[in-house]
Amino acid sequence: MREAATPWERLRQMLLTIGPGAFWLGLFVLIPTLIMLVASLMSRGSLGQLVPPFGLHNYLRFFSDPLFVEIIGRSLWIGFWSTVFIMLLGYPLAFYIAQSRHKEVLLLLVVIPFFTNFLIRVYAWIVVFQKEGLLNGLITAFGFPPAELLPSTLAVYVATVYTYLPFFVLPLYAAVERIDWSQLEAAYDLGARPIRAFWEAIFPQTVPGLFAGFLLVFIPAVGTFVIADLLGGGKITLIGNLIQLQFGSAQNWAFGSAASMVLMAMVLLGLWLYARTQGERGLYKLV
Amino acid sequence: MEPTLFRTRRDRKLGENMAVRLEGVTKRFGEQKAVDNVSLEIRDGEFFSLLGPSGCGKTTLLRMIAGFDTPDEGRVIIGGKDMTEVPPYLRPVNTVFQNYALFPHMTVEQNIAFGLRMKKMPRDEIARRVQWALELINLPGYEKRRTDQMSGGQRQRIALARALVNEPEVLLLDEPLSALDLKLRQELRVDLMNLQERLGITFIFVTHDQEEALVMSDRIAVMNKGRIEQLGPTEEIYELPKTAFVAKFIGDSNLIPAQALEPRKVRTPIGEFVLDDEDTLTPGQEVLLSIRPEKIRLFREKPNLPNVFRAKVDDIIYTGSENQYVLLADGQRLMCETLNQDIQEPGHEEFTYDEEVWVALTPEKLVVIQGGVEGSNPYA
Repeated sequence: MREAATPWERLRQMLLTIGPGAFWLGLFVLIPTLIMLVASLMSRGSLGQLVPPFGLHNYLRFFSDPLFVEIIGRSLWIGFWSTVFIMLLGYPLAFYIAQSRHKEVLLLLVVIPFFTNFLIRVYAWIVVFQKEGLLNGLITAFGFPPAELLPSTLAVYVATVYTYLPFFVLPLYAAVERIDWSQLEAAYDLGARPIRAFWEAIFPQTVPGLFAGFLLVFIPAVGTFVIADLLGGGKITLIGNLIQLQFGSAQNWAFGSAASMVLMAMVLLGLWLYARTQGERGLYKLV
Repeated sequence: MEPTLFRTRRDRKLGENMAVRLEGVTKRFGEQKAVDNVSLEIRDGEFFSLLGPSGCGKTTLLRMIAGFDTPDEGRVIIGGKDMTEVPPYLRPVNTVFQNYALFPHMTVEQNIAFGLRMKKMPRDEIARRVQWALELINLPGYEKRRTDQMSGGQRQRIALARALVNEPEVLLLDEPLSALDLKLRQELRVDLMNLQERLGITFIFVTHDQEEALVMSDRIAVMNKGRIEQLGPTEEIYELPKTAFVAKFIGDSNLIPAQALEPRKVRTPIGEFVLDDEDTLTPGQEVLLSIRPEKIRLFREKPNLPNVFRAKVDDIIYTGSENQYVLLADGQRLMCETLNQDIQEPGHEEFTYDEEVWVALTPEKLVVIQGGVEGSNPYA
């Protein structure tokens, strides 16, 4: 290390090291968020443009209307349970892939849905769930009356789980793959029965992957609107639908921005609460 | 049991009881027999080594004693009880793994306490024993360290403490030193020997390093292709190899094909040799003679000894403490080692390239190996 670097030299070093990262983050995260923040404090003009006066009126409107509070509650609820189902399915799946002889093939199968456009995949579920669809074909073949599966909350859940499962499996797989399995044998050797051995020796090592997968799934699952739109038949309004509506046909960008900020604040609050339960280490890990 | 010709290491008396007995143990992986009908007995308090090249089945054998693998045939008896089908968490043995297999998400203290915690031991008792174990391995004060911040040698010792703190009847060690550098390995050998002697626990030590096995063991089982080639006290394994494989794998050896002329006389490509009184052969029988390089004697003047012949110095390898000569006699190559003592008395001379020397093979040092040259190259 050279001593007594001049301020200019230190600036140069900073620009060379964290400079590029800071630049991209600023361009694609910080500035858009600031724009949205400003927009959320403005008002809707007669042509749908953003105009003064500035104020908190959009936020007041959001929280004073029980409908909007219900919408965000429902979004968090559906997002949460979808994530729980994804974790229940994805956790064993990641282990299965990691110890399989054909892990390359299985990983490819997990990734293959991404080769098709997201919208088309959601439409595919309509084919499955609709009145004369695949599922009802199966049900009637067994002699039961056809079920009303579309639109339904069930269809929304199924499609959400299907869509976001890979985002959970892939980071978890990366964590599981690194585990040294002789640690499981070491735990047996030291007197732990199989379930205990897994819980004490292996599970803690998957927690970071579990958490990364949770974030990657929960946040988009809360914010999604296409799935609820197409499979919920417009009956299930989520926060994503609300925002889309405000930016689209309602032409109220200011209120849409405010709703977006509320969603973001909710997610960050959740993360912060989680980190608090983990103590100081948790906060550090989160970052 | 055959009479033991050599004593165990440091003249130790071993217990009469059997710590581990294997009866006709066989393990197949597909068509391949990883362990093929192995029977052996390991005594209480013994330092026992399973020695062999990679793939010889020594680790599989150890894993069956630990309970990670179940034999297809045969029985595993530990402490007098049949444990063939008993899962590893119910066996009175503990293992030190080759890669240590320490739990990365736990501190040193938590790693060592793991086995005691599984036994539901009271907390203060656990703390006391962990302290004892840390002192045992000379790492007191490291309780709160994370294992990934420690050196290979330290992790190795923590793995040892984690196993020993449970006071197992038998400690299984799967090549525990192979990942360390030479200097550390030599230190830990001595540490391990002292520890074993102090605690009186039976050690079963798997290694491919013949020097490691020779230095530490009371007895050694040399394994090859899933079978035991030879089992005996350390010195016996070195001095009286029973097969060409053992002669070549443990140390180095000159193997000379021979045909018996009389019960104690053979003909070889380099001349006719007399053998020790204890050897008796049927005339016409084909055998191999094995002699260790350091047991060949070289002279400038013809000595008045049996089994003397002429040879030419083909190559000299200087290793500092030794001079190694490659000799040629009637097309047969012989390796010979002499101590570099820098004195020129008869029997201690130094020789030069292409010099014609007199070679003497002491009859007692010529070991007769029945059976052919098959397996004489353990690395083939």
